[in-house]
Amino acid sequence: MSAASHALPLAAAGRPRWRWREYSVLPGFAPAMGFTLLYLCLIVLIPLAALIARPWEHGLSGFWETVTEPRVLAALKLSFGLSLLAAMINVVMGVIVAWALTRYDFPGKRLADAAVDLPFALPTAVAGIALATIYAPNGWVGALAAHVGLKIAYTPLGILIALIAVGLPFIVRGVQPVLRDFDAEVEEAAVTLGAAPWQRAWRVILPAMTPALISGFSLAFARAVGEYGSVIFIAGNMPMRSEIAPLMIVIKLEQYDYAAAASVGLAMLILSFGALVAINLVQLALARRGAR
Amino acid sequence: MRAATPIRPSATGWLVIGLAFVWLALVIALPLASIFVEAFRKGVNAYFAALAEPDSLSAIKLTLEIAAVAVPLNAAFGLAAAWAVTKFEFKGKALLLSLIDVPFSMSPVISGLVWVLLFGANGWFGKQLDAWDIKIIFNFTGILLATILVTLPFVARELIPLMQEQGTDEEAAAVTLGAGGFATFFQVTLPNIAWALLYGVLLCNARAMGEFGAVSVVSGHIRGLTDTMPLHVEVLFNDYDFVGAFAVATLLAGLALVTLAAKSALEWRFAGELARGSRH
Repeated sequence: MSAASHALPLAAAGRPRWRWREYSVLPGFAPAMGFTLLYLCLIVLIPLAALIARPWEHGLSGFWETVTEPRVLAALKLSFGLSLLAAMINVVMGVIVAWALTRYDFPGKRLADAAVDLPFALPTAVAGIALATIYAPNGWVGALAAHVGLKIAYTPLGILIALIAVGLPFIVRGVQPVLRDFDAEVEEAAVTLGAAPWQRAWRVILPAMTPALISGFSLAFARAVGEYGSVIFIAGNMPMRSEIAPLMIVIKLEQYDYAAAASVGLAMLILSFGALVAINLVQLALARRGAR
Repeated sequence: MRAATPIRPSATGWLVIGLAFVWLALVIALPLASIFVEAFRKGVNAYFAALAEPDSLSAIKLTLEIAAVAVPLNAAFGLAAAWAVTKFEFKGKALLLSLIDVPFSMSPVISGLVWVLLFGANGWFGKQLDAWDIKIIFNFTGILLATILVTLPFVARELIPLMQEQGTDEEAAAVTLGAGGFATFFQVTLPNIAWALLYGVLLCNARAMGEFGAVSVVSGHIRGLTDTMPLHVEVLFNDYDFVGAFAVATLLAGLALVTLAAKSALEWRFAGELARGSRH
């Protein structure tokens, strides 16, 4: 007994053995891990492998020809440009909404707060037909806009509105906890030191919100780039003008051109991945500047 | 440290609140209201007649069937993944966690496309499936696979942060006292995570029933056969049957509202217990 308990640490001290997993008394690691990995392979990894392997059927030039086709290129530009614009508008409006919901007491506040989550829960097709209906030239908002000569539905402006609706909750829900938990004493110190209200907002509270804003921005942007259901009804889908990138995948598939569909899909993934990396680099740079 | 308490708004405050209200109305409240107004535009009878159409009924049935298979599978996956990730320490955990999140960062259309690339007529296994006379794309199985892929992370994402926080002490105590694996799971772990599990299942179910992009790619839109409720909404809307489209849409909007209400109730009741930060 005592010999055995001595032997263990000695043997271990001789050469630390590399372990894939640490020892645990709990049972069930093998079946749980096995099921998890099998499920991920079948549902995520193998399908993704098909997406990554398929575009090269006609070589690199086949992929390049597809993604630089004028119609595909226009769709990619539209999707990424409008998603960027929508995320930027959402940063401004999301802060205003979050500010109202955390800083003030007013009637209807709880209802407004609950409503913010609706775009997460409402099926995209339902949001899509609703937006298309109210922003159409004879719809509630569309008719008002038509009075001033503005056409919203079936133009890129309509797509922008759908993308804003989809992304708003990411910003509001990201910023709300920061605003709610912001230390009141810091703000009071700013007041005592003579800061005007706008200075307090701009120089004291905004820097605290920046990380939440950047991560909300990237979530809203990524979601908008891939969004299909909410956009497709309001977009009008005119070639070169109001076709979004996911629609190009659908069109290529309808022509049974799998390689081209996979090329557009892969291009979207690469571009969003690149954009997210760029956003992360900005965040890192800002954090480093703040630390100095 | 002390958080600022909400105050009665000043003049600027009312301006901010007004702007927030206008914005929420434009992108959330008006669209939601329009669904119900349009559905009942021709009266209550037309509304129920639209829902009683055979194609609508079969779309409702298909949607329920898909969710009835996809949600339990993803719940089982969520439990297994959360058990493996939170109760054990192993190399490559971060990689596994990001893999679980992958479906959230893919366009729904891509989540449908990948199945066509595998099982479609020109797909990797298309010829083979054809020879065996098995249909996956434009069929129940394809819709199911697309739905499972899109909703895969929901339950796992709710469980993992919570179980991480709870640690392994209680389970270790149970095992040391001689409880078996199943007894430990069902009597110690499950009661601790029951509400988070329910919450994840709710979110997973809402998405499974409402998914549009992924399903639309693999369904083939065969009326009465492979149209789920969201796809049927599209078909009716494109046919200018607005009462029909919005009538089916009210069911989906109702599901969303019930999900949100249940979510708020659970968050209010278990404010500290439910994991924060799942925002999809």
